[in-house]
Amino acid sequence: MEKKLVIAGFGGQGVMLAGELLAEAAKDEGKFVTFLPSYGPEMRGGTANCDVIVSDKPIASPVIAHPQAAIIMNLPSLDKFEPLMEKDGLLVLNKTLIPREVKRTDVRVLQIDAQTVARELGNEKATNMILLGAYAEVEKPVKLESLKNALKHFLTGKKEALIPLNEKALEKGAEIAREFLGGK
Amino acid sequence: MGEKVLMKGAEAIAEAAIRAGCMAFFGYPITPQNETPEYFSRRMPELGRVFLQAESEVAAINMVYGAACTGTRVITTSSSPGISLMQEGFSYIANSNVGCVVVNAMRGGPGLGDIAPAQADYFQATKGGGHGDYHSIVLAPHTIQETVDLMYDAFDLADKYRIMVVMLVDGLMGQMMEPVEFKEWVDVKKLKTPEWATVGQGDRDHRNIITSLEILPDGLEKMNLALQAKYKKIKENEVRLEEYKMDDAEYALTAFGTVARIAKTVVEMARADGIKLGLIRPITVWPFPEKEINKRADQVKFFFDVEMNEGQMLEDVKLAVNGKKPVHYYGRLGGVVPTAEEIYGEFKKLVGGK
Amino acid sequence: MKLIYKKPDTITKRDTTYCPGCPHGIAHRLIAELLEEMDLVKKTVIVWPVGCSVFGYYFIATDAVEAAHGRACAMATGIKRTHPESFVISYQGDGDLASIGIAEAVHAAARGERITVVYINNGNYGMTGGQMAPTTLIGQITTTTPYGRKPELNGFPMHVPEMLAALDGPAYIARAALDSPQHIIQAKKFLRKAFNAQKNNLGFSLVEMISACPTNWKMTPVEAMERIRKEVLPVFPIGEFKVAKGVE
Repeated sequence: MEKKLVIAGFGGQGVMLAGELLAEAAKDEGKFVTFLPSYGPEMRGGTANCDVIVSDKPIASPVIAHPQAAIIMNLPSLDKFEPLMEKDGLLVLNKTLIPREVKRTDVRVLQIDAQTVARELGNEKATNMILLGAYAEVEKPVKLESLKNALKHFLTGKKEALIPLNEKALEKGAEIAREFLGGK
Repeated sequence: MGEKVLMKGAEAIAEAAIRAGCMAFFGYPITPQNETPEYFSRRMPELGRVFLQAESEVAAINMVYGAACTGTRVITTSSSPGISLMQEGFSYIANSNVGCVVVNAMRGGPGLGDIAPAQADYFQATKGGGHGDYHSIVLAPHTIQETVDLMYDAFDLADKYRIMVVMLVDGLMGQMMEPVEFKEWVDVKKLKTPEWATVGQGDRDHRNIITSLEILPDGLEKMNLALQAKYKKIKENEVRLEEYKMDDAEYALTAFGTVARIAKTVVEMARADGIKLGLIRPITVWPFPEKEINKRADQVKFFFDVEMNEGQMLEDVKLAVNGKKPVHYYGRLGGVVPTAEEIYGEFKKLVGGK
Repeated sequence: MKLIYKKPDTITKRDTTYCPGCPHGIAHRLIAELLEEMDLVKKTVIVWPVGCSVFGYYFIATDAVEAAHGRACAMATGIKRTHPESFVISYQGDGDLASIGIAEAVHAAARGERITVVYINNGNYGMTGGQMAPTTLIGQITTTTPYGRKPELNGFPMHVPEMLAALDGPAYIARAALDSPQHIIQAKKFLRKAFNAQKNNLGFSLVEMISACPTNWKMTPVEAMERIRKEVLPVFPIGEFKVAKGVE
């Protein structure tokens, strides 16, 4: 098993947190994992993306040229990563901010109105967790439970109160993904 | 060994140095390695150790030089432009025979360049960099775990040979996260002030003077010869390399650091296609594993050197191969990281052309 | 027989490399006398500069290191921070400190490093043959100001103690002169306070010592000392610029 995921969006959308959470969960499961962030030069509001590889063997290159899966949180990121996707790769899209359809016909697409769903759950900032939950349900790099358990490493102090919301968002994403898989 | 923790390379470097007994940090901020000094700034005061943000890299390396003269385990970390500013200090440190550790998280150059990962400081690190005939031991780890493990060795080597040890990494290794396991803490109570340290004469029957100056050419030649004798000993005893799937290899990749890691994927790709490709990865890029590479020249059809520079280690590989077999090269510049697919594509062109 | 004068034991027997009439020897003796009087010899590390006093460790018998040009304050910082028990002196000339090493000096002062700087100002680069220094007087002829130092070309002499006294880090800042017995006695008093500043952990300390360079000034030693009084001291007045409580 080797899962190569790119997460991409604007800075501030929780791209890095989603990637680090997956990496932490994979580490907790005793898997090999690399997390490689890439930022623009801006401190705020620029583009951000990260490469996460989860594997049961040692990982050679941490750089992903052709993602097997991508969580895409905004339109510029879709423009950038769509052409790079592996054949049959999975695109998990934040439909709320992506007004266009995917052009490629040789990839799997899971569109989620994630920001709206997150708002309904109580906080738009949980958009990243909805998308991550959905991705994890389809590709199964780690168990959903491991992702939920790993939240405590990142949401500490005052942010601890946000753990239940983020757990719910992960579950909600997984639920949407199950419908997607069932509907296929 | 403790449990695995997920850590950014730049922070793991600092934690490893602290556990390896580093008692002082002097440095100046520069991207892409600011997480390292920031981590030191939190941890060193907790442990009653020294953290000082200097006014420049020039000052920082001279503070390191001063601290090294007291026989203290000391470190600075920087990135390419900052390392350029430190070259004068490196040269003085070399001819003063004091030890320290310097981390260079290389970024794209020349000049201000960019903040992306690069390997273009290879010449600067391995050939001296400052003025005069000198070398530093240069370690080029390719994973965060290896960086952490080598940090302990870096301080041991610096103490043992009274020499500067460079940890040559790149921005990619600093920024990426990976689970790491740390070795036991070095018991700093056992780190005694060495007999040669300049800390005040105290009870000694002689005073200590540390200088890189010897105005008489005969005397300075003697100093140089003593340095060269030390380097010879290091060359004989401290060469380290990894040979990956080289036992039956018909072709050999040569690469260091991040590129070596990518090269392992290339080896797997070739093997999946039934091509017997291996990788020679120098862990010490100075001293360079000349003999080992020369020996492999009897075995392989050609070498294929891949770097994130215009072919710097290539020259050492060629010297080691010494004309026995062709040495090809592929590289990306300016902070572009080559992909495994790209490298494999170039390799296949070479094999196909045979 | 009553002993009225004795060379300090901390001054070595070696002949100095200084020119006849050069006051470096006087500054060395003041340091050595005070180290002995204050029982600091065995704790002392002196950071020597690049300049005429580059071989200073041959003449004052303490532990010593030799810094790169201008970096003495940084090196002294590295020693003091990792070995606070050591008594650390940075001995620097005006080219070394006020020109190439001004950043290191200012920041060591601003941080309040517990080091003592002995700053020798002879108005030119002595070792390299008498070029203009940051302290060269207006109109003064040097090998790189053959028509005299002109403000419009070379700016104005730098007053290091006055500059550093504006910072919060220093505990003691003063300027003395080495031209006459009276001034030399005063210089020793100032230097004692500077040593106290470090010994009592009060902060950074520096004493500028107005010196002479008879060789490059092309004067006899006596003429050079007279020039200090007539031309240099009016521009660089003797005095204490910062005196923290507890340096007495």
